[in-house]
Amino acid sequence: MDQSVLLVSHGPHVRSKNTTQRIMLDVLIALVPALIASVLIFGWRSLAVTAVCVLTCVVCEWLFERLCKRENTVADLSAAVTGVLLAFNLPVGIPLWQAAFGSLVAIVVVKQLFGGIGKNFANPAITARIVMLLSFAGSMSSFSAKSDAVSSATPLASMAAGEPLPSLLDLFLGRHGGSLGETCALAILLGGVYLLCRRVITWHTPVVFIGTVFVFTWLLGEDPLVHILTGGLMLGAFFMATDYSTTPSTKWGKVIFGVGCGLITVLIRVFGNYPEGVSFAILFMNILTPYISKWTRRKPFGGVKHE
Amino acid sequence: MSIFHLRGVHLKHCKNTANSIPERMPVPETVVIPMSMHIGAPAIPAVRAGEAVKVGQLIGEAAQGLSSPIYSGVSGTVKAIEEMVVSSGATIRTVVIETDGLQTVAETVAPPTVTSREEFLEAIRKSGIVGLGGAGFPTPVKLGAEVGRVDTIVVNGAECEPYITSDTRTMIDKSASVADGIALLMRFLQVERAIIGIEKNKPACIRAMKEAIASMNGVEVRVLPSVYPQGGEKVLVYHTTGRVIAEGKLPLDSGVIVINCTTLACIAEYIRTGMPLVEKCVTVDGSAVANPKNVIAPIGTRVTDLIEFCGGFSEMPRKILSGGPMMGVALTDLSMPVLKQTNAILAFGRREGTPPAETPCIQCGRCTEFCPFGLSPAEIAKAYRQKDGEALEKLKVNLCMECGCCSYVCPAKRNIVQQNKLAKGMLKTHQAAKSKENGGGR
Repeated sequence: MDQSVLLVSHGPHVRSKNTTQRIMLDVLIALVPALIASVLIFGWRSLAVTAVCVLTCVVCEWLFERLCKRENTVADLSAAVTGVLLAFNLPVGIPLWQAAFGSLVAIVVVKQLFGGIGKNFANPAITARIVMLLSFAGSMSSFSAKSDAVSSATPLASMAAGEPLPSLLDLFLGRHGGSLGETCALAILLGGVYLLCRRVITWHTPVVFIGTVFVFTWLLGEDPLVHILTGGLMLGAFFMATDYSTTPSTKWGKVIFGVGCGLITVLIRVFGNYPEGVSFAILFMNILTPYISKWTRRKPFGGVKHE
Repeated sequence: MSIFHLRGVHLKHCKNTANSIPERMPVPETVVIPMSMHIGAPAIPAVRAGEAVKVGQLIGEAAQGLSSPIYSGVSGTVKAIEEMVVSSGATIRTVVIETDGLQTVAETVAPPTVTSREEFLEAIRKSGIVGLGGAGFPTPVKLGAEVGRVDTIVVNGAECEPYITSDTRTMIDKSASVADGIALLMRFLQVERAIIGIEKNKPACIRAMKEAIASMNGVEVRVLPSVYPQGGEKVLVYHTTGRVIAEGKLPLDSGVIVINCTTLACIAEYIRTGMPLVEKCVTVDGSAVANPKNVIAPIGTRVTDLIEFCGGFSEMPRKILSGGPMMGVALTDLSMPVLKQTNAILAFGRREGTPPAETPCIQCGRCTEFCPFGLSPAEIAKAYRQKDGEALEKLKVNLCMECGCCSYVCPAKRNIVQQNKLAKGMLKTHQAAKSKENGGGR
C-alpha cells in the first residue's frame, strides 16, 4: 500500500458540524421576518436599500481583501450580515449612494482596517450608522413614509416633542416611522427566538439589555412598554449587542454589557439631545468589552494563585 | 466542596463494536515490541538476537526508577534488536520476534504468592502492568503510596471516547476480574471505599458491574452523564468524589487512586495465573475498516496485521489513529505496533480523515464555554502569538488536559489543542528562565 497517503495531524480528529458560514447564514435567516415586515410597512424601496447595502458590503470586502492579498472571507457571509444590519438602521428614503457610502465605511474602515472578521472592536453596522448620522444628518433623520398608515415621525421623536403616540399594537407590529428594519418588534422577536433555538446567541444580552431599559424607564416615570417597543432597541439587543467579536463572550460579561447598554440608552433617550441612543450605547460598550472580558474571565478548575 | 459545573461536549458515540465479543487473532508472523510503552525510562532488552523466547518470558528489564518490565506475548526467535521511530517521533529500541506459532508458555509463568502489601506491590512491579486507559503510567508507582494516604479508589469505566469499546467488553466479559482487582487493592492497600464511574450510555456495563460487586462492602457504581470527557482523571474524580485536584497535584494528594477497569482486570488475572501483560483487547473500527471488531492481539502486533484480520481496508485509508478520535495519535506508518496501552486502532477514509480548513477566529467564545476546566483558549492564542509567558501563566494553560472539546466546537475549525500544547511548552520555558533568574539573583 502507498503509505504516502497517510495523513498525520493533531487531534481531535472529529469536529462539530457548526461553521462560521452556518452561523452567519442563521443570522441572515433570522433577519428575514424583519425584512418582510419592512417591505409591508415601508414598501419595496426598503428591499432596494437592503440590496444596495449587502452588495456594497460584499464587493468592498472582496476588493479590499484582494488588494491586501488577504484570504478571501466573502463566503463566510459576515459581510452580507453587516449589509442587512446597516440597511435595517437606515430610513427608507435614504439616497442609495449614501447607503453605499455607509456600507463602505462599515466594511473597509470599521472591519477590514482592524484586521477583518473577529478582529474589529466596534460593530461595523452601528459605527457606520453613526458616521452617516453625523455626515448626512438631514436624510438620516427624515423618516418620510410611503404608505398612509405610517406617520412620518418616529415614536421617540413624538415622545420628545410631546405629540400623541401610536397604539401599543401598532408599536408591536411596527406600523410607525423609524429605520426600515427596526420598527416591527414582532418580526425581530421571531428572528431572535430562532437565533436562541439555534444557539447562535444566548439569552443574556438581549434579556438584560431590554430588561434594564424597561426597569430604568419605569423608575424615571416614563412608559416602559413604549420604550422597549420603539427605536432600535429590539434590533440592537438581539442582533447587534450579540455580535461575537465586539461584545464579551462570558455569561457575566454579557450581563454587564446588557446592563451598560440599557442604562446608556435610557440616559440618552430621556436626558440627551438625540431621541435615540441604542447605537451610541452599543458602541460605547464595545469599547469597554476587552475590560469586561478580563473582569469576568472564568476561574479555571483546580487553578491556584501563586506569586 | 466548590460548585463547579464541568462542561464538555456531546459526541456521536459510534460504539459500533459494543456487542463484538473480542476475538483472539492468529499469531502474526512477526511482532515488534518497543522497549518504551510506558511513562518513564525505557526497559533494557533482556534477550539477544537469535535467542528463543516463549510466551510470558521477560524480554525487557525495568530500568532504575520509573519504568516497567516487558514480556513477550509470542513464542519464537528474536530476529533483531533495532532502533525504531515511533509515532511520537522518538527513536526507541525495539525487539523484533519471528513467531513459531506454537505459543509455548515460559516455565517462569506461575501465580505469585501474595500475602502482604509488599508482596502485592512486588507482584505488580513484575507484572509489567501500566495504566491501560491510554496514559501508560507504571501501575506499581501509582499503588505504592503509603498506607493511610488514600481513602478512595476510583475505577475508570467511563470510556468517553467515541468508537472505543475495549473497556466496555472488559466490564461485561470480565466483570468478576474487575471486582477481584478492586478487592485486591482494597485489601492490600487498606482502602475502604471504591467507586466505579461508568457513563450512562453503557447500561450493560453498569448492570454487569453492579452484579459483580453486589456482595462487596464499600464498593459502588456511579453512573456518569454521557458527556465527553468523563474519563479525564480530574473530571472523573470530581464527579465521583466531589474532590478538586488542584493545579500541580496528583489524585493521591486528594486521597484518591484512579485506575482503569481493564488495568484492574489485568491485575486480578496476573495474581491468579502469573501471566504478565502480554496481550491486549483492541477495538478496530473506522470508516476504512472492512469488518470492525474487538480483537485480542499480542502486544507488538503490527497495525497492518491487525487490520488484515479485520478484513483489510474497505477504502483507501487517509488517517490511522491509535486511540480515540478526540485524543488519539495519528500513526505515520502501518508497521506501528499495538502497545500495552493501545485500546483502539481506527482507520478513516478520505471523508472522515481529512481535517477541515481553518478560518479566522470570530471570538464566539465557544472554546471557553465548553472547556471542562474553564480555560480561555482565544486569550491563550493571543498570549502565545505575543510570546507573553506571564499572561500564559495567569491563563493557566498548564491545566489544559488536551481533551479537544475546544477544537471540536470551534466553528472556525481552528487547531486549538495543538496551539495550547505549544503554549504549554512556551510557558515551561518561560518558567524555567524565570526560576533561573530568581536563583541567580540570590
